[in-house]
Amino acid sequence: MSGFCAVFKRELKGYFATPVAYVFLVIFLFFAGYLPFREGFFEMRQADLRLFFNAMPLLFVFMVPSAAMRLWAEERKSGSIELLLTLPITVGQAVLGKFFAAWTFLAIALLLTCPLPMMVAYLGDPDAGQIAAGYIGSFLLAGGFLAVGSFFSAMTKNQVISFILSVVACAVLVFAGNPTTLNYLSSTLSPKMVDVVEGLSFQTHFESIVRGVIEFGDIAYFVVMVAAWVGACVVILEERKAS
Amino acid sequence: MRNVGRKNCIYWLTAGFALSFLEMSMIDVQQLRRSFGPIVAVDGISFKAEKGDVLGFLGPNGAGKSTAMKMLACFLAPDSGNATICGRSILTESLAVRQCLGYLAENAPAYNEMTVAGFLNFVCDARKIGGAARKKAIDRVVPLCSIASVYHQTIDTLSKGYRRRVGLAQALIHDPQVLILDEPTDGLDPNQKHEVRQLINAMAKDKCIIISTHILEEVEQVCTRAMIVARGRILVDSTPRALTAEYKCNLDEVFRKITSTKKTA
Repeated sequence: MSGFCAVFKRELKGYFATPVAYVFLVIFLFFAGYLPFREGFFEMRQADLRLFFNAMPLLFVFMVPSAAMRLWAEERKSGSIELLLTLPITVGQAVLGKFFAAWTFLAIALLLTCPLPMMVAYLGDPDAGQIAAGYIGSFLLAGGFLAVGSFFSAMTKNQVISFILSVVACAVLVFAGNPTTLNYLSSTLSPKMVDVVEGLSFQTHFESIVRGVIEFGDIAYFVVMVAAWVGACVVILEERKAS
Repeated sequence: MRNVGRKNCIYWLTAGFALSFLEMSMIDVQQLRRSFGPIVAVDGISFKAEKGDVLGFLGPNGAGKSTAMKMLACFLAPDSGNATICGRSILTESLAVRQCLGYLAENAPAYNEMTVAGFLNFVCDARKIGGAARKKAIDRVVPLCSIASVYHQTIDTLSKGYRRRVGLAQALIHDPQVLILDEPTDGLDPNQKHEVRQLINAMAKDKCIIISTHILEEVEQVCTRAMIVARGRILVDSTPRALTAEYKCNLDEVFRKITSTKKTA
């Protein structure tokens, strides 16, 4: 447990000790504010944050891998992994410590979008439950992408490669659930297979949470996704930490 | 009658424990082997080291010194063989081994964006040194490694010598019984080299230390044992004095004779 706490604390401080956190937060908050208005927030004349949450998957596809790419790639490149893993810390503790630190950082980024719900509350009478569900969904989505990102970060020493691979993997997992993709797939695959693809996609589960329905299946999807990618990250690090 | 039997039994048990404790070496390496693809980096080395030993690992580049040290520090898993450090196996009790071990890796890796203070505090966190013990530990290692002047600087602004001393401070912070130092004086200026050697000499009495080095005069000054390693095997395990006496020349020439004659053979 002390190993986990030490890594968590160091990693979270590490974001704010470098310009990484500030650049990330500025860019993220800019686009999080810009995208809903571009999509016609005022034209809708509705006091809700649907457009804001709809923009999240696309925004996260680029932003989350950029927060995740340094997790292990940098550690391996600079050789500090040799220091970290010769301290009495297990690989599992280190992976989880880093993962939760990055997730906390993303949660901070999400919390900083609070002017948007405040604005909506000022303009009208929004459904607070739905907004809360939207934030829960976004937080889980960030965790899912982060797990993918930390896996690819452990795969390579090069941050750029890790960034590109995780953007592609996240994009595939999101856009597999798009109606266009599913339509196209249904022309070649059997309906059962299309359902499987749809069920594996982040998009489907994210949308159903954002709609305000928090179902066990959707939460379980994110939990399994995070556990699987983080578990794979542990395995790959055990295998490749020294090479 | 029965009582006497029990007493005897306890007596023998304690005696046995004491004996086994005496026999147990601080470091006991048995047939450790590791290869990377077709290259055999460490080819079945075995040795023992006791408290008070300062063991110098000598060898040309690529001899397998660093690989052997990484295996002892539980960073690399061996392909076969085992080693025990403070009586704990590196294979099955790697956490316990890492707890009683101080390890300075080659090039002294550290987190560049942290300050020296933050870095040492992180190491204390990871090693469960808290409260008054932490203050005591930091007050001990900072003057010991003479890093007081850079204590609040970030690590990437430090010179190579200071970086290495921060690495050394990190390895010493929990006052380990066993120290493994991979080229601890590499990149230091002559004064700093001298200081590090003095530091090692001062600690030598109640610790078991392994250092790897290219610098042969260092071996003469610091080590109680010299092991010459080449192509993953231990070629010589002796004392620096015995080596120079045996070959009737200085250690430099001994090293060249041993590592090059074995190459042609």
